[in-house]
Amino acid sequence: MSRPAGGSPVLTIRDLGITIGRPLVHGVDLELRAGRIQGLAGESGSGKTLTSMAVLGLLPRTATTTGSISLAGTELLGLTERQLRDVRGRRIAMVFQDPSASLHPQITVGQQLTDHVRRHLRLGRAQARARAVELLERVQVPAPASALGRYPHQFSGGQRQRIAIAMALACDPEVLLADEPTTALDVTVQAGILHLLREVATERGLAVLLVTHDLGVMSAVADDVAVMQQGRVVERASRAELFAAPQHPYTRQLLAALPGSSLEEAPRGL
Amino acid sequence: MSLDGALTRRPRGAWLRLPRVWRSPLAVVGAAIAVAWLVVAVSAPAWVPYPPDAQQLPRLSPPGEGTLLGTDALGRDVFSRLMTGASTTIPLALGLVVASAVIGVVVGAVAGWFGGWVDEALMRLTDLVMAFPTVILAMVVAASLGPSLYNAVIAAVVVSWPQYARVTRSLVLGLRTLNYVVAGRLLGRSPVTSLVVDVAPNVVGPVVVLATLDVGAAVLLLSGLSFLGLGAQPPTAEWGSMISGALANFDAWWIGTFPGLAILTVVMAFNFLGDALRDAVDPTSRTERTAVGVASAPQSVELPVEEDRP
Amino acid sequence: MLLLLGVTLVTFTLTNLVPGDPIAAALGEGAAANPATVQAYVERYGLDDPLPVQYLTYLGNLAHGDLGRSLATGRPVASDLATAVPATIEIAVCAVVVSLLVATALGTVAAHRRNLVTDQVVRVVSLIGLSLPTFWLALVAYDLFFRRLGIAPGSGRLSPSLTPPPTITGLYTVDFMLDGDSVGFVDAAAHLALPVGVLSLFTIGLLTRFIRTSVLEVLDSEYVRAARAKGLGPGRVVVGYVLRGASLPILTVVGIAFGSLLSGTVLVESVFAWPGLGTYAYQAASNLDLPGIMGVGLVVGVIYLVLNLIVDVLYGVLDPRVRLA
Repeated sequence: MSRPAGGSPVLTIRDLGITIGRPLVHGVDLELRAGRIQGLAGESGSGKTLTSMAVLGLLPRTATTTGSISLAGTELLGLTERQLRDVRGRRIAMVFQDPSASLHPQITVGQQLTDHVRRHLRLGRAQARARAVELLERVQVPAPASALGRYPHQFSGGQRQRIAIAMALACDPEVLLADEPTTALDVTVQAGILHLLREVATERGLAVLLVTHDLGVMSAVADDVAVMQQGRVVERASRAELFAAPQHPYTRQLLAALPGSSLEEAPRGL
Repeated sequence: MSLDGALTRRPRGAWLRLPRVWRSPLAVVGAAIAVAWLVVAVSAPAWVPYPPDAQQLPRLSPPGEGTLLGTDALGRDVFSRLMTGASTTIPLALGLVVASAVIGVVVGAVAGWFGGWVDEALMRLTDLVMAFPTVILAMVVAASLGPSLYNAVIAAVVVSWPQYARVTRSLVLGLRTLNYVVAGRLLGRSPVTSLVVDVAPNVVGPVVVLATLDVGAAVLLLSGLSFLGLGAQPPTAEWGSMISGALANFDAWWIGTFPGLAILTVVMAFNFLGDALRDAVDPTSRTERTAVGVASAPQSVELPVEEDRP
Repeated sequence: MLLLLGVTLVTFTLTNLVPGDPIAAALGEGAAANPATVQAYVERYGLDDPLPVQYLTYLGNLAHGDLGRSLATGRPVASDLATAVPATIEIAVCAVVVSLLVATALGTVAAHRRNLVTDQVVRVVSLIGLSLPTFWLALVAYDLFFRRLGIAPGSGRLSPSLTPPPTITGLYTVDFMLDGDSVGFVDAAAHLALPVGVLSLFTIGLLTRFIRTSVLEVLDSEYVRAARAKGLGPGRVVVGYVLRGASLPILTVVGIAFGSLLSGTVLVESVFAWPGLGTYAYQAASNLDLPGIMGVGLVVGVIYLVLNLIVDVLYGVLDPRVRLA
């Protein structure tokens, strides 16, 4: 499989607007590059999750979108539901916030890891299983072979999120959307998950969109950061620039809200 | 959602939001049919064309030939009997629902409020009655008491009260530990006063919903027992027994069809009404999920500290 | 066990404390006027013992599987029930299966089209289903499909020309199948069609509303969004993820619906001359046949317990969290 060279654009969002009853997202531009993690920060309701759902075409039926989202030259807005299904999970995958909610409690890990693989890659049961074991090994879930027959509640929160990441990686996608992937986890396991994301992005040339309200998470793994407020991107910069010299007052507020923040000129608290 | 609900000290729940019901077309249709039948039930004896048990007409004549809905095997006017049947069944059904609700609510409230062995004993009894299919138990009771319409009503009460007891008990159990109720007790209210003043208003809504839906069930049960011959006795004009009269005269389709439609419309009216009421009272089953009820969450209500306590 | 004891106690008390003269009912007015006949009858059934003794006698016999002799049919209650119960189970199980399938389809569609026209139509239809008087519907179905159209058999479990299959389960359809008799099977199945159809309508109404609510809750869940984000088709998402997620609450309500079905069978059986538990209970009740009534009460209690057991077991099958706990 040929991969775009590191740093070349994979997913390009241009002038994205989303309206659900009223306009919620305006003129968002983002570019996800192979092997890089693009952070998208902002408080809840700022439109960051809507943006990632728009990429997958999973907005509510009443939503209208304008602008352009193109995946390696293919325009995604305006694709039919059927065409979108071939993109979802196959070329663009998603990791959700809370693995205890995003994994089905009554279905074995093995089945959840393989059903989309069998559909997208047309693999047989045994091949899909072998692939699932490999993936679980990669995300460091212990005893991968026996894990396939178990249910989500038999794993710890951190392991569940690793399983969810394995599920997302299963069809070898080009883009990974991670929506608050560590928010629901214990602080002690957050770092491990972020480290894993960083590793797979680099080794697979995966373009990652990391959506989070937590600038601490951003500072740990994001290569570039965009900050959204009230449906607009108000600041974009490399991680180093952003944390060294935040330009927009809203960014400063967010940074000030970080525990142990040393930015004294920004007002404390929101 | 208005803030009033959140600001009143004691959430009145259902009552504040009842008018919402009338926005549902189902409720309006249901209410219209129910009211029409109630009017018939009250006034029918005064205006039906023939006395309901007068056997003066040609036998088994089809609708339109001299009478509106035909005559039965004894030459009685089906229309007159149909209308009179409303005055037989509907008041009894309403009465039995009220009686079951009162019994059930008292049992449930006592069980939930006092807990312990009282609760244990009462709920065992409730479960026992509920383990029986309603019709079978009602049939046994009705048969033992002797077949008559009033005994059928008693049988229906015997099988209907447990559902009210269950609902009331769980509501009371939930409310008993809420801040404003506990505070009421701390303010020196007696258990009984507290039950009536603080708890009762929150029980009324769900019980009214249940009772409305239960009117339909009561009509079905009463007419079912009469159909089996365990309720109304001849020559009483009653829908269930009219239908069983049709068993012997299949070719005279009009004898059974109209009473069936009468039962169907009455039951449907109360089911529509009850369903719409449930949406209004219980936000979790509401079809419109846009408004999340503030007033329905008593837990969130702040209790003002009363400063004048000694 | 406690429940069964309670059931017998309640039926026993109920039938003894209330007015009504079972002896007169059993013997008929004429014979009851003759003191000698009455005396013989009373002694034969031990009816002159004090009530607690009568009850204990009954319990003692019960322990040996002896439910007494029916005053109405003159045969042992146990053997009467042995034929009546499977007949009712056959109808009830078929009706549960039919209504579950239909209600699942309707409820799922309504949930997907929440608040749209389809949803409202499903709502009205299910409310109407709940409002239909079963016995009337049975009569209409009998008149229409049997008498006028002639496309369904009218009454009973089997055409008179056929002999019942060898009793294995007591369910005619199953026994015919085990016996390899396809003619018998088709005939038995055809006889089931009308009663099952009539009974199902009410249950469909009951289940549809509930399934709609359960499916709505699951549709909002993150794991369904995740399944769609994996690119699975709508069919796979609904069957594999949504319905599986909604299966536990649905199972609970199906258990409750089964109870209401047993109520419905009494009325439906009487129209279709179906020799089941409902018919038997009716006969026993209207003849004040004490052993018969107590037998029915006992069987109903057993059915209730078995039903709860089945529901519990299925809970474990459907929910791994319960299974391993």
